[in-house]
Amino acid sequence: MADRIEGVKKLFTSKSARIETNKGDAYYEKLFAKCQARIDELKTQQPINNRLEIADVLEMQGIERRDFLKWASAVTGMLMLPSSFTPLVADAALLMNRAPVIWLELSDCAGNSEALLRSDGPKIDEIVLDIISLEFHETLQAAAGHQAEKQLEDAMEHFKDKYLLFVEGAIPMANNGSFGTIGASGETMHDHLVRVAKHSAAVVAVGSCATFGGVPAAAPNPTGAVGVMDVIDGKPLINIPACPANPANMVGVIIHYILTGQVPELDSLLRPKFAFGYRIHDNCERRAHFDAGEFVEEWGDEGAKNNFCLYKVGCKGPMTFNNCSIVRYNEGVNWPVGVGRGCIGCSEPDFWDKYAYERPMADAHIKAPTGGVEKTVDEFGLGLLTAAGIGIGIHAAASYAANKNEQGDA
Amino acid sequence: MGKKHIIVDPITRIEGHLRIEAVIDENNNIVDAYAASTLFRGIETILQDRDPRDAGLLAMRICGVCTGTHYQRSIEGVEDAFDITIPKNARIVRNLIQGALYVHDHLVHFYHLHALDFVDVVSALKADPKKTSQEAVKWAKVAGTNPYIEGEGQFKEIQDRVAKFVKQGRLGIFGNGYWGNKHYKLTPEQNLIGVAHYLKALDIQRDLAKMQAIFGGKNPHPQSIVVGGVTCVQDIKNPARIALFKSLLKDGTKFIKQAYLPDVYMAGTMYADEATDSKSTYKAFKEGKGVGGTGGGLLNYMSYGDFRLDDTGFYKSALLFPSGVVLNGDLSKLHPFDPQKVAEDVTHAWYEGDKPLHPYEGQTVPNYTGLEKKEDGMAYLKTDEKYSWIKSPIYDDERMEVGPLARMIVGYAAKDERITKYVTKFLKQANLPIEVLFSTIGRTAARAIETELMADVMVEWVDELAANVAAGDDSTWQEFDFDLVSKDSKGVGLAEAPRGALGHWVKIKDGKIVNYQAVVPSTWNAAPRDYKGRLGAYEASLIGTKVANPEEPLEIIRTIHSFDPCIACAVHVVDTKGKELGVYKVDTGCSI
Repeated sequence: MADRIEGVKKLFTSKSARIETNKGDAYYEKLFAKCQARIDELKTQQPINNRLEIADVLEMQGIERRDFLKWASAVTGMLMLPSSFTPLVADAALLMNRAPVIWLELSDCAGNSEALLRSDGPKIDEIVLDIISLEFHETLQAAAGHQAEKQLEDAMEHFKDKYLLFVEGAIPMANNGSFGTIGASGETMHDHLVRVAKHSAAVVAVGSCATFGGVPAAAPNPTGAVGVMDVIDGKPLINIPACPANPANMVGVIIHYILTGQVPELDSLLRPKFAFGYRIHDNCERRAHFDAGEFVEEWGDEGAKNNFCLYKVGCKGPMTFNNCSIVRYNEGVNWPVGVGRGCIGCSEPDFWDKYAYERPMADAHIKAPTGGVEKTVDEFGLGLLTAAGIGIGIHAAASYAANKNEQGDA
Repeated sequence: MGKKHIIVDPITRIEGHLRIEAVIDENNNIVDAYAASTLFRGIETILQDRDPRDAGLLAMRICGVCTGTHYQRSIEGVEDAFDITIPKNARIVRNLIQGALYVHDHLVHFYHLHALDFVDVVSALKADPKKTSQEAVKWAKVAGTNPYIEGEGQFKEIQDRVAKFVKQGRLGIFGNGYWGNKHYKLTPEQNLIGVAHYLKALDIQRDLAKMQAIFGGKNPHPQSIVVGGVTCVQDIKNPARIALFKSLLKDGTKFIKQAYLPDVYMAGTMYADEATDSKSTYKAFKEGKGVGGTGGGLLNYMSYGDFRLDDTGFYKSALLFPSGVVLNGDLSKLHPFDPQKVAEDVTHAWYEGDKPLHPYEGQTVPNYTGLEKKEDGMAYLKTDEKYSWIKSPIYDDERMEVGPLARMIVGYAAKDERITKYVTKFLKQANLPIEVLFSTIGRTAARAIETELMADVMVEWVDELAANVAAGDDSTWQEFDFDLVSKDSKGVGLAEAPRGALGHWVKIKDGKIVNYQAVVPSTWNAAPRDYKGRLGAYEASLIGTKVANPEEPLEIIRTIHSFDPCIACAVHVVDTKGKELGVYKVDTGCSI
């Protein structure tokens, strides 16, 4: 028991699980100067491959400067930076076309790149992401008459050690990787990823499949699917999980990279803390009902009609680190807890096997604090132990790979 | 130099798992074609041994765009097995979630994935804005309405914005086209209308996606459907949510009626010669005499039927889209659809198996035999053997095409009142015979007809929902005894995804799934040859097509696009010596 209490303490106080939202004026002043210098330098450079100026695209699509600044202000807040950084963030967004990005799609449903670009997130996120991914398509098409293979190699050579590599989808490893091949020469997805990642500046795994294997890796994992961090070694690696990943978080990572030239602060699962520093539960709109012991017991019951807590019908918000409860989806229209279903833990490793069912975890009896809030603090703490124990297990298992990669990060 | 071999292959670095190889004769006519998927994820295998109540969320991840559709089919397969009839509110909410997906998906398909096969962006710069405004009025009139964008001022402003781009030598979102190809047939003014609507549609689609999120929680991958009903009880009880849905729908419908439909009339009329070119069809290639036009393909159409209009239960209710089969383009005869007659063959797919099996008995045991590497360094499909991860579905021992065109044709043959009204109105206003539907253009037109129909009927549904809740019915879930019903049962969720007939077959024993098979629209359309060597729908639709310039295979892309493929791919054009002449992106929604 003592071990477990220690475990809980560790989970909720360890550096990796918390985010420091105020690091002091001196820190931010230094950071500001550094970012300013970097932005000034980037401004002197030409857009990569004669890319479009983002300001022009925004104008063409009829986005007003005022709306753009509003967006920049929101991104600044999301990155947990003081509002004085807003003009810098706006500049960084306009300079995104100075960063070479290569986007790979492996074993996936395209939910992150295609569907997301079209149907989710604020418009400016889409435009910025669209330009970046579109740009790479154009890179491939630029030199007509050459094989695509050759063109990619040219791009990799030209931006050697400078490009950000975005990866969507898992990597099928079973049967010598033959469950997924790419291109006219029939190269396996594994070989393809390793080759392209070799001279990247950093690798960004987007969505649950690329980060932790996701759907194809769910038991019994017939194709032997794994995430990027199981394949790529010795590179700074950023995981942006969730199914699909929120485009706001993707843009956040790119902006951060432009702004500072570094990857953002990460937790032990290599997730940026600005987005994954809190649990869904911490900022949930139904949290008061949890604390008051008011639960939906079955779908469509009186509790459901009164927006009660969804824990008992399987919500895994208490185990899941993500910012859904703050940013929500489709420009804030709704989100899974809002719609009465609850969280399925899609930003956590192995969630298909651990979390995605409509019942509470069998051995995680978070007790309903029926006797009112005061009386329940201890009970709640005790109840959480089991869940936290499992959580620690996951973190511990993943941290080996994480540490390995963080070394290349410095 | 004899036959050219064209490989339609995934854009290698970015996305896409569909590959098409086409053979072109010395006159640039396509004489053979093969479609292949190069990715296997094993989702059916993963679903085995799981709690059937949880299958829907996972099955949804088959596709990131038709997303909610797989979710609902999986849930309904289990409900069918458990013999559950869901409450009225749940039925309507599901219809609204799917209906929102339809209008969103169809609109995005037409403007952002398909329109640029018809619209030449660069040509739009030469347009006279005043004449453009008159042209817009003309096509809106054909559709019996006023234009969405009115007045030369607006067209001028849009033209200036695009011109600024082109002057920089960069086309941005329009960077992917064969501008100037002589097979673009619209006038500069018509092209400017297309471009203006393309840009406006970027905003409209965002709002349409919100409609699904109102009752689904998010888009893509909504989350509010459960075995027994839906969870969004608060959202249906909240008049503000209903009002938001209606207002988004109203704005979207205005665009559909005043921009989308007129644009389809415009494109359909300007490309009518292709839609009536019966010589360039698969049927003409096989039998000497064809029907319809370029891209016609199999001429066998199937619909499972979908969108229940009453609460009598699965496969008993009246349906918005009737089920049925039309063979060989014969609209006078509707064959009833019988789920028992669906089977999957793996002769040319990378799986074990020696005969076609019904999905309940279906197996998914991979048997990858690879591609053939040739001296040119390219890997070719071994087309005599196995060459795809997609199985070949057959119905009553026939190959089938599915999708909006199949639904409209089946509905028409079934003499469905609503569908016949919309189809007849469209053809009458366009002044075209019904045979034009058997073509690439026809597939595109049928999707537009269906979009208008769906937008109109959703108004009725949302009112029905609001009235039902107002009358005091706030039930959203039907209780059931899980242990009892899940002992030994089987069921099927049969429905129509935006891209066509979709079925999830599930067998359950002792509370766990023992077999799961999904036959998705792209299985029907993008499948390889079957055990008799008969072609799949994509393959057949390409044969007979004349390619004006093999280095710019606009015609292939147009036809493949007209199916709204849910597998992203790109065209690599390669000559007989394996030298690649170019790479062209086929921008699509998603991959399976």
